[in-house]
Formats: sequence, structure tokens, C-alpha cells
Amino acid sequence: MTLLAINDLDVSIGATRVLDGLSLSLDAGEILGVVGESGSGKTMTALAIAGLLPARARLSGDIVLDGVQLSGASQEELCKLRGRDIGIVFQEPMTALNPVMTIGSQVAETVRIHRGVTRREAMQLARETLDRVGLPAANFSLNRYPHNLSGGQRQRVAIAIAIVLKPKLLIADEPTTALDVTTQAAILTLLERLVDEDGVGLILVTHDLAVVAQTADRTVVMKDGAIVEQGNIAAVFRNPGNSYVKKLLQNVTHVPTRSPSRKIGDTPVLEVKNVVREYPAPRHLFGKGKPVRAVNDVSLQLFANENVGLVGESGCGKSTLLRTILGLEQPQSGEIRVFGKRFPADQAEEMRALRRQIQVVFQDPFGTFDPRWRVSQLIAENFHLFDSPPGMAEGRRKIDEILERVGMKSSDADRYPHEFSGGQRQRIAIARALVTEPAIIALDEAVSALDVSIKARILDLLTELSDRLGVAYLFVTHDLSVVRSITDRVLVMKDGAIVEEGPTADVFSNPEHRYTKQLLSAVPNLDRALANRLVVSSQND
Amino acid sequence: MTNLEATNRQSGGDPHNSTAVAAQPNKMAIGFRIGLFLAATVVAAALISFVWTPYEVAAIDIASKLLPPSVVHPFGTDHFGRDVLSMIMVGAQNSLAVALVAVGIGAGIGAPLGLLAAARGGLPGEAIMRTNDVIFAFPSLLMAVMITAVYGPGAINAIIAIGLFNIPVFARVTRGAALSLWTREYILAARVAGKSSMLISVQHILPNLMGLLVVQIAIQFALAVVAEAGLSYLGLGAQPPMPSWGRMLSEAQTMIGFAPWLAIFPGLAIMILVFGFGLIGDGLNDRLDPRMKRVR
Repeated sequence: MTLLAINDLDVSIGATRVLDGLSLSLDAGEILGVVGESGSGKTMTALAIAGLLPARARLSGDIVLDGVQLSGASQEELCKLRGRDIGIVFQEPMTALNPVMTIGSQVAETVRIHRGVTRREAMQLARETLDRVGLPAANFSLNRYPHNLSGGQRQRVAIAIAIVLKPKLLIADEPTTALDVTTQAAILTLLERLVDEDGVGLILVTHDLAVVAQTADRTVVMKDGAIVEQGNIAAVFRNPGNSYVKKLLQNVTHVPTRSPSRKIGDTPVLEVKNVVREYPAPRHLFGKGKPVRAVNDVSLQLFANENVGLVGESGCGKSTLLRTILGLEQPQSGEIRVFGKRFPADQAEEMRALRRQIQVVFQDPFGTFDPRWRVSQLIAENFHLFDSPPGMAEGRRKIDEILERVGMKSSDADRYPHEFSGGQRQRIAIARALVTEPAIIALDEAVSALDVSIKARILDLLTELSDRLGVAYLFVTHDLSVVRSITDRVLVMKDGAIVEEGPTADVFSNPEHRYTKQLLSAVPNLDRALANRLVVSSQND
Repeated sequence: MTNLEATNRQSGGDPHNSTAVAAQPNKMAIGFRIGLFLAATVVAAALISFVWTPYEVAAIDIASKLLPPSVVHPFGTDHFGRDVLSMIMVGAQNSLAVALVAVGIGAGIGAPLGLLAAARGGLPGEAIMRTNDVIFAFPSLLMAVMITAVYGPGAINAIIAIGLFNIPVFARVTRGAALSLWTREYILAARVAGKSSMLISVQHILPNLMGLLVVQIAIQFALAVVAEAGLSYLGLGAQPPMPSWGRMLSEAQTMIGFAPWLAIFPGLAIMILVFGFGLIGDGLNDRLDPRMKRVR
């Protein structure tokens, strides 16, 4: 039976039309995956259903939930529905909970607003619901505060708030994007279980096609505020009728082609020997606790022209290790050598020469540039590393050359970073790293924030640069698909130590460490998910 | 990344800048213009008074004392028959000069100290900030009274006293904002480019704090005008015969029943100057941000 029917929904904000003629339906007990790239309108769809669009938005068309017309309903009517009939889970578990309220009272709050029950009864229901989402009373008392829960646990609390009144419709907007793969797998399993148990209809908004393929029953693919294709997972993903969907699927499984003539050198350009990095423990009332060891006796080598992946979940110490390698933090013990020379070097001149050899591209394309500087200035910042910085004309020529090399125009040099898209900014960041002609580029989650099609193009660019210029890459990432598609060798890091190391193909096909196996099985995999579906559907036939 | 988040990140990349402002550029521009107009009026009055005033400021004319506002004396006259408009014009010089130099001292010393404290951290940073706390611990006007009482009343000592108390304000504001900037990836990138912390402070941190500092300068300027008026009111600012708005207010208070214009006009002058600089501060904050250009 149809739970939610959306018919010809248009939404505009100012002069921009953000949703255009959207029609979809959802049955009770069904999971609908809404996928698309940033700006496709998938979040707007979720907000429109929940009546949470910005005040300036204008909406027309029908949104009918279980016989009740939602479009045109007043905020008071919507307030009664939200929480009771519609539960919502947002992306960022770190900010979705109120830090000064206990988790129990946050779950109970929804109950008390919608049912005039006593605090004791509401707390009772909160307890039952937290048990259901996998936060048992033994470890997760109602009196705990969000700050000492992990991201996955917070997301479970957010889900508990959304489902405490057994809503008919649950909307989850990128509920696992901010989480690690193993946590993501657990949260998706939880959502599936809740849908089965309560018969709730779930709208799962995500950019990750593999997550949808694995979890959802049906999918809606969006682009520029409109639906380009919808239907059963197997039908849409196996035989996409639309060229955009085809392209999207190709980009997900995209593997850049490597030059056959590429040869990995046999002398290490970067050596990390027994590096330990500790942070002082948070101060107690009486003295200090044990220091936190973020990087525990790590050694690694990177050879000329080699692409190495360093994978691990958040908090495993990979970012700290990267910052230590870059000389931004001092290790407590151990040493780092670049071209056999101690790094950081004591002598300023030698240090500049070594810094020219090791450069970095950061994760956030929006935070990696000083917003007040022009692109030419940003790239020229690294001229600081030359013993005799190039003059105006010479510098400009270098900048133009490097911009063209990363697929930008020389006229882009005079623009500000905010005028570019995320993918373009990442190209500029690569240009900035390349301008000193380094032998090593460290990439800190450099493609994680990008949409799949842009990610595929950036990976192509990186491969081409590596093949042509012989740059060695150290990919620090949690994204195993990137590591698989581009690296020669992979290091798996857990709790500050490297637990497994080997050629990428070997580690992926035959993981040895228990943690690596766990990690690999948790990654949503499009092909595997579709294959499983085929098995299930043929069994049902 | 979702739609909403993308817009948020683009516009919210900086702590001192909001989408609400971006959405109403016209409103802000109007406020800025009003602020400019008000401040320009006062500045113009001060500049004109160097070459011309309607009457000689110190000229005593007992015959025409306590005249209400009229065509001859637009703002009336005081108990010595001096023209109030002329006194306010000359008094503006005093207010502006004291506030300008005092805030200059505060920003010129405080902001670099704040940058240093943020860049160095550790012992030097702590030393700077704890010294700040000590200065903060004394009520500023009381301390200013003490300084002027010890070293004698007068405009110069008022400037030093007010300037001294602006230093920790600027140091604290600068350090707080600078600390949050130091964690940005573009600062890490600059460090990877081998730049020293001093160079990064000057090239990256300071320009990104300018909006914040300009707003703070405008606020502190307004506060300095009020502080100067307060010191003059107590007789510790500029000394007679140099007119000052604060002293005019204090002299007017015994006559407020029958000559209210003596209090109203200096009071209005202070208000216009303070309000004008407040609006300018807000407007400049938006204008100095290059990302706002795409909205305009």
C-alpha cells in the first residue's frame, strides 16, 4: 500500500528552481534510495517532505503521507506530524545532538512533546528505544552525554530519537557519510532491521550508489532537481536506460589506465623509521593521565614513482602520521628521511631543498586556500621554497604552465578560489603542490569530498601526472575504492600501528590480518551488492 | 556532500561572515552610507572649526547668555554667552583626536601581541595573555581616573589611559580569531611551503582578521569617544578653555531645567559619532570580504 505519494512537486528558492516536477511513491516497509551528486536536489526532496525548506522557498504540487496532504500544511500541523509520523536522521552526528542534554532526555523530549505523558513514562520509552538501536542499558545509561559517545553511537541516538514514536516514514539524509566503513555497515544493518520490524517506509538519501545498491529496494536517481531514472535496484543498475545513470555507474567503478612503461625506483625517496607521536593526556583534577599514543612505532618506505595507500578509520593515527611526515609535528622518537637526509633538516637552506621534494594536497577543497588570495598568489606561495624565487614574468610563466598541466586555464590565475567548484579547487591544490617539482606528494583524503564523476577525473589526472612526471604518492584515506584503483602498495593502519602491508592487489584479494578482512567486507561494493540481489531474487522465484 | 552543506561551506568558511548578511546587501549598504554620512558630518565640523567657527569659541558675551536656539545662535548660548555650535565644532576635534590616537595605540600594540600569542603559544603566549588579564581586572574608567589623577588631567594623559585599556581588548580578539585560523588547511599549506610563523601571521592570519579588527576598531572608537567624554565630564580630560563635549555636559547639568539645549546638543553630538562609527564598522566588515563580491 502506498505510504507516501509525491506528485509533480516543484520547489523554487528565489529565482532558482531546485526541484522540478518530482513524482515518486513509497510503500510501507520499503526502502527508497534517493541518489545523486551534490546540487542534484536530493536533500531538498527530503526537506520538502519534512516541511523543513527554508522560509523563502516556494512549493507547489502534492505530497501525500498516508492520506494527509503535506504541501500547503501550516507549520503547526507539520510540527504535529514531525517526530510522530515522520522521523528524520541527519548527516552529521557530531552536531545533531544537543551537547548539554543527556541522551535519555533527548530521546524522551520527542515523546513528551507529542504524547502528554509523564517524564517517567517518556524515559521508560526512551530506554526501550535505545535498547532497540543497540545501546544497551549496561553501557549506555540514559544519563550519558553525547560528547563521550563515538560518531556511530551518536548516530544511533539520533535514530532512536527519530523512531521512538514509531513513525510511518523515516527520512535519513546521508546518515552514514560522516562515519567509518565498519560503523556505516552497522548503521545500515540497524536501519534495515528497523524497517523490517516496524514496517516503516525509509527514504535513504545518499551520494553513494553502492550503499543504495546494498540497502534499498528501489532507487530514484536525481540530477539538477529532477528525477532521471527510478525503479528496482537491479533494473536501474544493471540496465540503466538513461545515459547519465550509465555515466554515474561507470565513474563509481572507474579505474584509471596506467602507462605500461612506468617503473618504480629501487631507492626509497621517503623513509619513516620507528616514529612515535604522543599527545599529552587531558589533565585530570589531580595530575596527568597516560599520554595518548597516536602513532606507535611506525616504519614505512616510499620508493621513487611509487603510489602507496595508507588506509585506516578515523582516529587510527593516519592524519597524525601524515602531519609528522610533513614536519608539521615533531615525533617523540624515530626519524623521517627524505632522499636519505634527515627531515626536518636543521639548516634552513637544506630544509627548503627537502621541502621542495615533499608536498601535500589536503582534503577540504573549500578550506585549503586562503580565501583572500588569488590563484596566482596561492600557487606562488611555494616559490618561497626556491633559493632564488622566480621574478614576476618567470613566475607567471611557471604558474600558467602548471595550471595547464592540471587542466585549468591560465586566465584562472587571476580569480579567487571561491569562484571555482570543488573539483577545480582540488586541481589548483595539485598545481600548488606540483610547482616545486616534488618527488613526493602526500594526499590527505584528497578526493574524499568530491562527487563520483569529479573524483574519477581527478584520479585520472593524478595517474597521468604520476606516469609522466614520476611523482610518488602517499594516499592517506579511508576510501578503499580509491586505494584499490590507483595504488601499487597498501598499508593498513589501526590504533596507531601498521597491521598489514603488501601489494594492493594481494591485500585486497587475500587479506591476512583480521582487521583488514573486517574493513574490506564492510565496504559497500556495487558489484557484490548487485550479485547478491540476483541470488536473492532468483531464490524467491 | 549534500546540497545544503555545500552552500553552507561556501558561505560559512569564515567565522565572521554570515549568509544572512549576504542575502541582504542593499540593507547593509544603506546602513553603511548612513554611518558614513553621520561620521563625515562630525569630521567635517571638526575640520571646518580649524579655519572658521560661527563665533570665537572663547568669546564671553554676558549680555547674550543662556539664549535658546535661534537663527543667530542655532544651538543657543551658555551661561557665559559662548556660542554652543562653535564649542561643539571645536569639541569634535578633541573627541576625534583622543579616540583616534587611543584606538590606534590599542590596535597597533594589541593586535600584534595577539598575533604573537597565537603564533607562539607556550610561555610567551601565556605571559601576554595573563598580563592582559591583569589589566582587564581593573575597571577601565577607574584606572583612567587614577592615571590622570597621578599624572595630571589633560588630553594627552586621557589618550594614554584610554589607549592602554584598548590593548588587551585587541590582543584578546586577535588571538582568539587567530587561533581558530591556525588550524585551517591553508595555514598548514603555508607551513608546508616553509614559511615561518611570523610570515604566516602577517600574510595569512592578519588579512583574514582585518574584517574582525575593523569592526572592533569601530566599536572601540565609539567606546573611546564615550570614555573621553566621561573623563572630561569628571574634569580629567581636555582642560579649559579647550571645549570638550563631556565637560559641556557636566556644566549643563545644573542648568538642565531652564537651558536644556546645553545638554541636548553635546549629547546628540556624542550619539551621532558613536552611532555613525558603529554602522561604518558593520558595513566595512562586509565590504572587506572578497567573497561578498559575487553577491553584489
